[in-house]
Amino acid sequence: MRLTCPLCGPRDRREFYYYGADDYLHRPAPDAPPAAWDDYLHNRDNPAGMLRDLWYHEAGCGQWLAVSRNTVSHDITAVECVAPLRPARKKAVRNED
Amino acid sequence: MPELIAKTPLSGLWPVTHGALSLSEVVYDSILSLAPFAGQEKVLTKALKPLGLAFPAPNTLAVSGVARIVWTGRDQAFLINAPLATPSAAITDQSDGWAGLRLEGPMAAEALMRLVPIDLRSSAFPPGSAARAPLNHMNAVVMRLESGFEVMVFRSMARSAWTEIAETMQRVAARQALR
Ligand SMILES: [Zn+2]
Repeated sequence: MRLTCPLCGPRDRREFYYYGADDYLHRPAPDAPPAAWDDYLHNRDNPAGMLRDLWYHEAGCGQWLAVSRNTVSHDITAVECVAPLRPARKKAVRNED
Repeated sequence: MPELIAKTPLSGLWPVTHGALSLSEVVYDSILSLAPFAGQEKVLTKALKPLGLAFPAPNTLAVSGVARIVWTGRDQAFLINAPLATPSAAITDQSDGWAGLRLEGPMAAEALMRLVPIDLRSSAFPPGSAARAPLNHMNAVVMRLESGFEVMVFRSMARSAWTEIAETMQRVAARQALR
């Protein structure tokens, strides 16, 4: 199995660490009801079909990747960097000395 | 104040030759990790200009005299053998953190590809290419220059990397000798 890292190109499975479904990208608000936190932390679907999950390019560029994968056909239809998908980070704090 | 003797990561090892392949240590004067702050890429580009370098695209490196800049990750590059002071990037000095190994010879790509699971033939990985990739189980930076390959591994793994590359060279050379 290979994943095409958007930065590094096609790479062997051994370079990646698997983390599970991409639910971890959708963190509830701090005051969200307990059921939302329960879903976020513990409850996962087990679909026969398309699944989006997280892989870490551990032996490559060190980026978290969101991989769209079909659990029936094993087709991988998209590999995206997680970082640029997140809302723009707050301006980096710098010490101007 | 005692006088300490600085040793290179592979000090005590002499260059190894098997067939047309040779392995030697590369000592870098300095390795600076550059990570541009958000929106500061243009300022960083300006700061690199006097060195004759620019921030590299993924999987590439550029050389200017003894100075070199190597892509090492998203928004990250290593500046080798050149000083830089700029408020546009997070700069960390990693000079003593890495070991450098140089592999030269006509079969160098074939030898290295036994350890690194990517296509290193010149059609796919010509001089000017750089990759973050594993060397067996060691995270490495693989670079191709006009003169051959250079591999950087964490200093703590210097001798493991050396041994594994040297053994692989021996096997490739032995196979060549049978032809
Ligand atoms: Zn990658």
